[in-house]
Amino acid sequence: MSVIELKHVRKSFGTHEVISDVSFSVEPGEVVCIIGPSGSGKSTLLRCINGLETYQGGEIIVHGESVDATKSRIRGIRTRVSMVFQRFNLFPHRTALENVAEGPIYVKKEPRAEVYARSRELLARVGLGAKMDAYPAQLSGGQQQRVAIARALGMNPDAILFDEPTSALDPELVGEVLSVMRSLADEGMTMVVVTHEMGFAREVADRVLFLDGGVLVEQGSPDEVLGRPQNARTQDFLRRVLPA
Amino acid sequence: MEKFFSQSQEYLPFLFQGVTYTILVMLCAFALATGLGLILAFMRVSGIVPLAWVARTVIVVVRGIPGLVTLYYIYFVFPDFGIALTAVQAAIIGLGIAYSPYMAEIFRAGIEAIDRGQTEAALSIGMHWGLVMRRVVLPQAVRVALPPYGSTMVMLLKDSSLASTITVADLSLQGKLLASSTFENTTVFTLVALIYLAMSLPLTAFNSWLERKLRRS
Repeated sequence: MSVIELKHVRKSFGTHEVISDVSFSVEPGEVVCIIGPSGSGKSTLLRCINGLETYQGGEIIVHGESVDATKSRIRGIRTRVSMVFQRFNLFPHRTALENVAEGPIYVKKEPRAEVYARSRELLARVGLGAKMDAYPAQLSGGQQQRVAIARALGMNPDAILFDEPTSALDPELVGEVLSVMRSLADEGMTMVVVTHEMGFAREVADRVLFLDGGVLVEQGSPDEVLGRPQNARTQDFLRRVLPA
Repeated sequence: MEKFFSQSQEYLPFLFQGVTYTILVMLCAFALATGLGLILAFMRVSGIVPLAWVARTVIVVVRGIPGLVTLYYIYFVFPDFGIALTAVQAAIIGLGIAYSPYMAEIFRAGIEAIDRGQTEAALSIGMHWGLVMRRVVLPQAVRVALPPYGSTMVMLLKDSSLASTITVADLSLQGKLLASSTFENTTVFTLVALIYLAMSLPLTAFNSWLERKLRRS
């Protein structure tokens, strides 16, 4: 069964349709990268999957359950599909460790001692074993985003959604975040990544989706979409973002 | 000056009797205003249109009526509807209601100052609205709301003197009674002013301490 399935999803803000009839599915262990110009609806699409946005048509199914942001069952779906944000959105009044432990303790009601032990392991895994007790303001952007990834992992999710996870980072900090994401992919985590990092998409993605104007223009393996794009809009976009 | 001190010794015990009521009215009204203010603020930020509308209306109406009139209304008009309250009860409820719109707006400003991304991050780990507020938004909003909240506390301390108009024997009423029986206006009202000031200073100090403490964490 697919982890995430979108069937003919439509979303509009007022009369402006931002997502038009998008369908795709994500299989367990798959890494799907969504690329496309700014304003193409990539982030909105991602936010629909865990109900941070509502959608008007079609259906999004996560593990057999329909996503409806207006129903309280959405909370169950959110515990299984974590999200990593462009601007990290760590809780500034809590330490790195507390940020990771927050969801498991207060949402999943897991025993505190176990959660802290696991949270420490997760922080060590993203290379922040020495920063457990630091507050977000004391961390660099790259470190904050790695805490955010640990926070997402802390929920033991079936899949993680990444919303342009490196776009708010200084260039020299992008690598450390991408390498953590790469190792997650290697370990078989199901990931949907909205990104402008074409190198990452080429190396790590199992499938690349090109979205333009809310339309899923093209999808396929990185070689197909990035190497031999069939659609003129994909070709035009790639010409602009890839170095000649 | 010597006269002032000798008279002070004589007058202070009488004035201190009033201080008890002033503190009682102030603390209870403050607690009530905080509770009502939180409810109104939650209604306004709930995103539920009818609730937000009701809260906004209550805030505009209550804020537009002088506290003194609210007190008169509760003490003198409510009995016509079969609700008879003691003067102290009426003062506490009246001031609590009169101050609730200011509290509501302080809390709302605090809540709205918190980045939308915080709420989204909290929702994205499966929190429900109450948990988002309790664990993520309010602890941060407190820092924003604390300075105006502290000033409001001092304002309420001073406005508790309105209770004297509905016969609560608070500090200001005791002062007025003392002054009219002794004609020592200068001594009496200087003492009354100093006692109010002496009560407000610890409040201000407490707030500064709390702000510093919160900023550190």
